[in-house]
Amino acid sequence: MSAIRQTHPLLKAAKAAALFFYLAFALFPLYWLLKISVTPDRLIYAEGTALWPETATLDNFRRILFQSDFLSYFANSVTVSLGTAAATTLIAAGAGYAFSRFDFGGKKIVIALMLVTQMFPLLMIIAPIYKIVAAVGLLNSLTSLIITYTAFNVPFATFLMQSFFDGIPKDLEEAAMMDGCTRFQALRKVILPLTLPGLGATLGFVFTAAWSELLFALMLISKNEAMTFPVGLLTFVSKFSVDWGQMMAAGVLALIPSCLFFIFIQRYLVQGLTSGAVKG
Amino acid sequence: MARLELKNIAKRYGAVEVLSEVDLDIADGEFLVLVGPSGCGKSTLLRMIAGLEPITAGDFLIDGVRMNDVPPRSRDIAMVFQSYALYPHMDVARNMGFSMEIRGEDRSTRADKVAAAAKTLGLSALTERLPRALSGGQRQRVAMGRAIVRDPRAFLFDEPLSNLDAALRVEMRLEIARLHQRLGATMIYVTHDQVEAMTLADRIVVLNGGKVQQVGTPLELYERPANRFVAQFIGSPTMNVFPVVSDGAALVLGDGARLAMPDCDGATALGVRPEHIDVAAAGDGLIDGTADVVERLGSDTNLYVNAGDLGMLTVRRAGNLPVRPGERIGLHLRPENLHLFDKAGLALARRA
Ligand SMILES: Nc1ncnc2c1ncn2[C@@H]1O[C@H](COP(=O)(O)OP(=O)(O)O)[C@@H](O)[C@H]1O
Ligand SMILES: [Mg+2]
Repeated sequence: MSAIRQTHPLLKAAKAAALFFYLAFALFPLYWLLKISVTPDRLIYAEGTALWPETATLDNFRRILFQSDFLSYFANSVTVSLGTAAATTLIAAGAGYAFSRFDFGGKKIVIALMLVTQMFPLLMIIAPIYKIVAAVGLLNSLTSLIITYTAFNVPFATFLMQSFFDGIPKDLEEAAMMDGCTRFQALRKVILPLTLPGLGATLGFVFTAAWSELLFALMLISKNEAMTFPVGLLTFVSKFSVDWGQMMAAGVLALIPSCLFFIFIQRYLVQGLTSGAVKG
Repeated sequence: MARLELKNIAKRYGAVEVLSEVDLDIADGEFLVLVGPSGCGKSTLLRMIAGLEPITAGDFLIDGVRMNDVPPRSRDIAMVFQSYALYPHMDVARNMGFSMEIRGEDRSTRADKVAAAAKTLGLSALTERLPRALSGGQRQRVAMGRAIVRDPRAFLFDEPLSNLDAALRVEMRLEIARLHQRLGATMIYVTHDQVEAMTLADRIVVLNGGKVQQVGTPLELYERPANRFVAQFIGSPTMNVFPVVSDGAALVLGDGARLAMPDCDGATALGVRPEHIDVAAAGDGLIDGTADVVERLGSDTNLYVNAGDLGMLTVRRAGNLPVRPGERIGLHLRPENLHLFDKAGLALARRA
C-alpha cells in the first residue's frame, strides 16, 4: 500500500520548487517594500537593485510616525474600515438570512437589482455620488466614506452571507423551534454560532476592501484631517519628487492592521463547523 | 400524552393541492404510522401537526383545543427529524437538554434527566462528544434522546431510520417499539418502509396523491385492502392483480379459465397475494405457466411465473420448492384469499 502513496523524490523536489517560485513571486513586492523602507534616502538611487542596502535605517519610520500626519491618516482608516466592516456585515447578515430562509414578494427583484449595482464601472457613478454627498453636506467626513463603502459592499457581502446561511440546514432551526425556541432564539442560539466563520470571512473581506480603497476617498476627502491612509500616501508624492522611503515605511505600517485583523478572525474561519448536524 | 384530531385538513402551495380531506382521530397513546410513496404528502402532514407548516384549511386539535395558530414551541410536541438535525456546536448532553435549557430549568434537573435518557439509550459514555464524532446510529439515538427528555404530549418521527444500514434499522425499530411500550405516548411515525409500518403500528394510514386511501390496523390493511392501491402497497412481494370478466356467477380469466364465485358482480380485476397461490403439476391448476426466475431465500421460494395472457405472476411458497427455471407448472388460487376490484379500483365486499 505504502508504495502507492510514496511519491518519487524528483516529483517531490519539483513540487517544492514550484511552491518556492510561487511564494517568491508573490512575496517579492512585499520584500521590496520592506527593503526600501529601511534604505537611507541617499542610497535609494545609488544602490538601485541591490537586495539589501549596505546600511539599514529606521529613519523613515521615525519620520513617518513623529513628523508627519501619518498617525491621523491611520486612525481615520481604522475608523472607516471598522465602521464599514461592522455596518456591512450587520446588514448583509440580516439580508442574507432573509434571502436564504424566507420567500417574500419582490425577492427576485431585489436580488436582481443588487446584481445590477455590481455591473457599473465605478468611474461612471463617481460624479453623481459626489453630488449627493455634497448636497447632504457630508464632504470631508469619515461618515460619508463609511456610508458609500457600505453601500458598495452590501450586495456582494449579502450574497456571501446568504451562501453561508444556505449551508446551514433548515432542519436545525426547526428542531430548535420544536425544542421551545422562538425564531429569534433559534437564530441566536443555533444559527448564529454556526455562522461565525461566515461573519468572520465577511468582516475580513469588507475590512480589507475599505482599508485599501482610494478612488472615493480621493474624491470625497480633501481636508488633511479627514484623509484616510491611501489618500495620505499620495501626499508623499510632491510635484518634483517622490519620497519613496517614507512612502514605503508607511506601506509597511499599513500592513499591520490587516494582518492583526486576520489573525484575530482566523479561528472563526475554520471550516466544517456544521459537520455532524445532519445524516451520517 | 394526548389525543390528536385532524378534521378535514388540506394543504395547498399556491394552486398546488398537496393534501386534502384528511380526517384522523388519533387516540391517546396510539402508535399511528403514515405510509405512502415518496411525495404523497407524509412529511407535509407531519409538519402541519408539528406547527412547522401552516394548515391551509381544516382544524387540528390536541385534547380538544384548536392548535392551527399555535406556534411549534407551544404545542409541546417532540419531533425526530430524518436528518437528525443535531446542533453541531453542542455536545450530546447539551443537545439532549436543549429544550430544558430554553425553558430555563436549573442545571441539576437538566443533568439528571439527560443522564437518565442517555442511560436508556446507551449513550452514557458519549455525553461529552460533539455530533460529528458520532456514528450514524449514535446520532439517531441522540435525536431520540432529545425527544424523550422532554416528556412531550406526542412524538413525531419523520422516516427516522431511513439513513441507517439494514441491521441497525432492525435494532432501532425494536428500540422504538420498546420506547412506545414503556412511555405509552401518542406517536406518529412516517415511513415508506412497510415492514416498519406493519410491525410498529397500532393503526396505519395509507396516503397516496395527498389523499387518505385507508386507515386500519396492519392486519385489516393486509386482509381487507379498500382499493387496488392499498392492496398493492401493503404486502411484500406485491399483490398480483390481473384483469377478469365477471358473468355474475364466475370470473373469467384472460386465458379463458373460469373461477366460480358467487358474489363477483362488477369485478374487473382480481388480486391475489403471492403467498396465496399454490403450486401444482402442469395442467392440474387453474392457470398454467412457465417458471421464469426462481429465487431461493432459504425460508421461502419466490417464483416469477410467465402465465401467458395473464402476464407475470409472483408466487411465494414457504420452504425450498423443487421447481427449476423454465419448468411448466400449474397454479392454484385459493378462493378465500382473493380480492376483487371494480372499474374504479375499489375493493368489492366479499361475503365468503
Ligand atoms: N414548499 C413547497 N412548495 C411547493 N410544493 C411543495 C413544498 N413542499 C413540499 N411540496 C410538495 O408537496 C408534496 C409532498 O411532499 P412531502 O410531504 O415532502 O412528501 P413525502 O414526505 O410523502 O415524500 C410533494 O409533491 C412536494 O413536491
Ligand atoms: Mg418526506
